Amino acid sequence: MTRELMLTLEPIDEAAWLARRAMSLDMGAAVYFAGMVRATEKGGAIAAIDYEAFERMARHQIELLFKQVEERWPVQSVRLAHRLGRVAAGETALWVEVIAPHRREAFAACQFLIDEMKRVTPIWKTPLAQ
Amino acid sequence: MLAAVQIRVCFFSRARDLAGCAAAVESMPPGSSVKELLERLFRRFPRLAELEKSLRVAVGLDYQSGDCLLRDGDEVSILPPMQGG
Repeated sequence: MTRELMLTLEPIDEAAWLARRAMSLDMGAAVYFAGMVRATEKGGAIAAIDYEAFERMARHQIELLFKQVEERWPVQSVRLAHRLGRVAAGETALWVEVIAPHRREAFAACQFLIDEMKRVTPIWKTPLAQ
Repeated sequence: MLAAVQIRVCFFSRARDLAGCAAAVESMPPGSSVKELLERLFRRFPRLAELEKSLRVAVGLDYQSGDCLLRDGDEVSILPPMQGG
């Protein structure tokens, strides 16, 4: 399974990530998820979210999740990008892609990766009013 | 008598706000556990108790439970609930 992980202060260029997709002819499913910052948080308007990470540990924990994905599903590729720092409302904060032979395992692995990433990756957010 | 072990403690996000600092060093008796370190931190930084039920602890880059024994030079991170994504 190939893997790519990026934690970045820069905007996630979704078009560039999609253009780099590598997928063999025996793979039938590419599932990707893009999570954007909403302009409201707990009922109030916000301009952005500031993401803070314990970056070394975040990388380590996400790599452990990639390993679990590889053990559980016949996935060919996983790619994950997460913004850090100030992310304005409307911008992509998280981008995840899974490529697998069939949709069932691609969806399952993608859902697992996002759910577990939120649970174990040391990233915290602070809503910013302006 | 065995020498005390030196533990570097790092506080993140809300834990840093409550502790009032990003890092601290604790000198613990040999054979001390994560639980004993936390008890000491709650005495030294009383406001941290707000996170007592929800915080998680990492030693190095891996999560550990309260019974994990600490070694000299360990780096322990105090982690409030995660909010990635």
